[in-house]
Amino acid sequence: MTSSPVPGSSGAPALELKGITKRFGSVVANDRVDFDVRAGEVHALLGENGAGKSTLMSVLYGLYKPTEGEIFVDGRQVEVDSPATAIKLGIGMVHQHFMLVPVMTVAENIVLGQEPKRAGGMLDFAGARARVRELSDRYGLAVNPDAVIEDVTVGAQQRVEILRALYRGARILVLDEPSAVLTAQEVTELMGVIQRLKEDGAAIVFISHKLHEVLEVADRITVLRRGKRVDTVPREGATERSLAQLVVGRDVLLAVDKPASKKLGDTLLEVQELHVRDDRELPAVDGLSLSVRAGEIVALAGVEGNGQQELVEAITGLRIPESGTITVGERQIAGAGVRAATEAGIAHIAEDRHRRGLVLPFTLTENIALREYRRPLFSARGWLRLRRMRDRAGRLLREFDVRGGGPEAFAAALSGGNQQKVCVAREIASDPKVLIAHQPTRGLDVGAIEFVHRRLVEERDKGRAVLLVSLEYEEVRALADRILVIYEGQIAGEFGPDVTEETLGIAMTGGQASPDAAVTA
Amino acid sequence: MSSGIPDRDIIEEGGAEPGEEEALEASLTSPARLTAYLRRGGVTVPILTTLIAFLVAGIVVLLTGHDPLSTYSAIFKGTGLNWLFPWVSGAERTTAALELQQTLIQTTALILVGLAVAFAFRAGLFNIGGQGQYTMGAIVAVWVGSSLSGLPAFIHIVLAIALAALAGAAWAGIAGILKAVAGVHEVISTIMLNWVAIWLGVYLFQLGGPLQDPSQSSVPVSKTVAASAKLPVFWGPAALQGLDIGIFIALACVVVFAIIINRTRLGYEIRAVGFNPDAASYAGMNVRRNYVRVMLICGAFAGVAAAMDILGWKFSLFTNDIQLSQIGFLGIAVALLGRNTAGGVVAAALLFGALLTGTSQRNLDPTVFDPNLAQYLTFMIQGLVVLLVSTDVIALRVLRGGRGIAVGLRRPRGPKPTSTEESAT
Repeated sequence: MTSSPVPGSSGAPALELKGITKRFGSVVANDRVDFDVRAGEVHALLGENGAGKSTLMSVLYGLYKPTEGEIFVDGRQVEVDSPATAIKLGIGMVHQHFMLVPVMTVAENIVLGQEPKRAGGMLDFAGARARVRELSDRYGLAVNPDAVIEDVTVGAQQRVEILRALYRGARILVLDEPSAVLTAQEVTELMGVIQRLKEDGAAIVFISHKLHEVLEVADRITVLRRGKRVDTVPREGATERSLAQLVVGRDVLLAVDKPASKKLGDTLLEVQELHVRDDRELPAVDGLSLSVRAGEIVALAGVEGNGQQELVEAITGLRIPESGTITVGERQIAGAGVRAATEAGIAHIAEDRHRRGLVLPFTLTENIALREYRRPLFSARGWLRLRRMRDRAGRLLREFDVRGGGPEAFAAALSGGNQQKVCVAREIASDPKVLIAHQPTRGLDVGAIEFVHRRLVEERDKGRAVLLVSLEYEEVRALADRILVIYEGQIAGEFGPDVTEETLGIAMTGGQASPDAAVTA
Repeated sequence: MSSGIPDRDIIEEGGAEPGEEEALEASLTSPARLTAYLRRGGVTVPILTTLIAFLVAGIVVLLTGHDPLSTYSAIFKGTGLNWLFPWVSGAERTTAALELQQTLIQTTALILVGLAVAFAFRAGLFNIGGQGQYTMGAIVAVWVGSSLSGLPAFIHIVLAIALAALAGAAWAGIAGILKAVAGVHEVISTIMLNWVAIWLGVYLFQLGGPLQDPSQSSVPVSKTVAASAKLPVFWGPAALQGLDIGIFIALACVVVFAIIINRTRLGYEIRAVGFNPDAASYAGMNVRRNYVRVMLICGAFAGVAAAMDILGWKFSLFTNDIQLSQIGFLGIAVALLGRNTAGGVVAAALLFGALLTGTSQRNLDPTVFDPNLAQYLTFMIQGLVVLLVSTDVIALRVLRGGRGIAVGLRRPRGPKPTSTEESAT
């Protein structure tokens, strides 16, 4: 690693990994990877799923023992044999999925494992609260020490994770895809927090799929591909395109090559005056109306938790609406259940492929049949037609270029991108009138995102109505023919695809959009 | 954190992705995770489990001052399995045949209660209620079998079996409905229903009870099954409890089990609900109705088990027998050891059937080991099997460096880049 030191820091890097190799059997997950990060610096680690980012960080955090290579902290060679050692060395890790106890308070979670004690072994709760408040004030991490974890937002939970690492004295902070679970607003806040941590002299490793975030926050960027370090580049001069090229190893179409919608057909999905309640019986969708015509992609943009989930569940038959109508073609499907919705021609790329979209211990054959297993294609008089199921799976896996296993492989054995391809393949293959794509690229790498986007445009051009529900501004802009903004369960505005992020952001947060931005369709 | 284990997950998904894995664990019900784990172990792990259980039991035998080897060989002789050896002949062969018939009689009911538990496991449910379902089946089987004595034999038998199956199904169905409607956990409801069934049986057949045999007013027992309802014996003398056709009915049920699970839409739905109820409802399945359907089928298997015992060789039901019976719990061990598969359940049922017979008063040579003690060996081995199932979960965790059971779902094949490339074309 020969990049010049960041101005303001001197001496040895806070952390240096030299020639890290990690083999699992005959397969090399990390191949002589060098990586370093200095105090007061943000160093981003970029790469596709499977590039070896997490393996490298697991080596750093003492979860794996490297096959070869050395680790230095402040210039001193160390051996990290467990997370406990890592913590002692001042290395803190904020995982993508939080390790918090939901029923305990923020302060209790933060001190868990290193509780301040008073004489006689009693816990010093007052001390814990004070310490938490002091840390959160210092870094602008707005959290209430007395709030119970399950009651606070995901963004706040993440801040608690960061505080916990700081409480334990971390000076080297690893953030593993910190923005994956956050809303746009929360991402902005996170960026501010990272900035303050950096100014305070922390060394930060920032792992992400998202190129624009990396460009926004990182001082240097290291790209891994297939376990090897491809390059380390300074932020200056790097562009999304140049980074994407490093990540994938070829040229990537960042913006989908999307010809304007050719011709609009009939209205295939019509939602009118829909009211839906959420799990807590509170109104989530509040008199919402929208329609999607054949041959167009309508994007529903909005900050998470504004009724998207409930709306999608109502349209796809998973949730019974309180009132209102949902019409697909000629058929009324509100409250009629999943089967009726599917038969009417609704396909649904589910938001969470692990929870909903796939049965992970099922084979790909069984997963491909999941939504259509009742049709004569796959079963007759209660008997499964196993050969047909297998044939269909084999054909779709080839067509959609699913890698990592054939029809008899288990869904759990596939990488995230390939799992998503299976979901997309299944939904498209059902030949739907209306395709509901709910966060279809969540957690995917650049190559897989490109694939999903291209397929969505293709399906549009085949005359399907596509409703895209997304939290990603880039995705909404790249794909949509029309953009609807959902705010507190209502449509807060309609825009064309050329809308600025700012205008959209204002509408999504309930502000009044400037009139010139609104498109008169 | 052994470094030698090739872990496909890490290689292909790029390391850990801790998130992916947790999401996977969270999306699975715990019985489903257990099932998935158990299936992954193949045949080796259950055999190993059995060997370890026998080893530990052997140490206990040693501690009681006996020779484990001669004890085990006496137990083996008691099972009658030596009948299978062609060199056993003469009087020894005759005895062995009688003992093997006993073993297979025990195996019959164990197969069926094993299916009752295994079927629930495949649907993501813990059926701890095999005992209660069996008891209800037994009550109805003995009641139908001992009344309606004018019926032709075939009809009487079919009727008794069908009604026993219905009784078991209804009893399990209560737990299914409670889960579907009110979200009552099936472990709690089935355990409670066990006690209700047991005391209902005791009430019915106790001295002065409504169904007690009036011809033996001082014995708390049911009436005796009529000749027309007794299952035909096809091997050995009927007077000495020869082997009845129940074993074939049990094996037929095994085939039914395998077909339902693997070949039918019902089985597909059941497995989907068992692994991931959210994905099942996304597929348009009615998750709640499935819980009820599964429990009904489980209960039917347990009810048939009871009918086989009552109509095959017991012919009457004593209240103390109702209270002391452990068969439903043996069914849990059978299902776990048999990895919830059809073939596995048969093999595990044979093992426990052989143990029960081999350690019985009637068959074990008391000069080698006291049968009163030996019977506890069976239950000890049963307990060890259940215990070891959980220990090999732990062992696997340790081997894989603390990565959860979910890893067990990933197909256990080493890194074979070639196969990946093939399938990617």
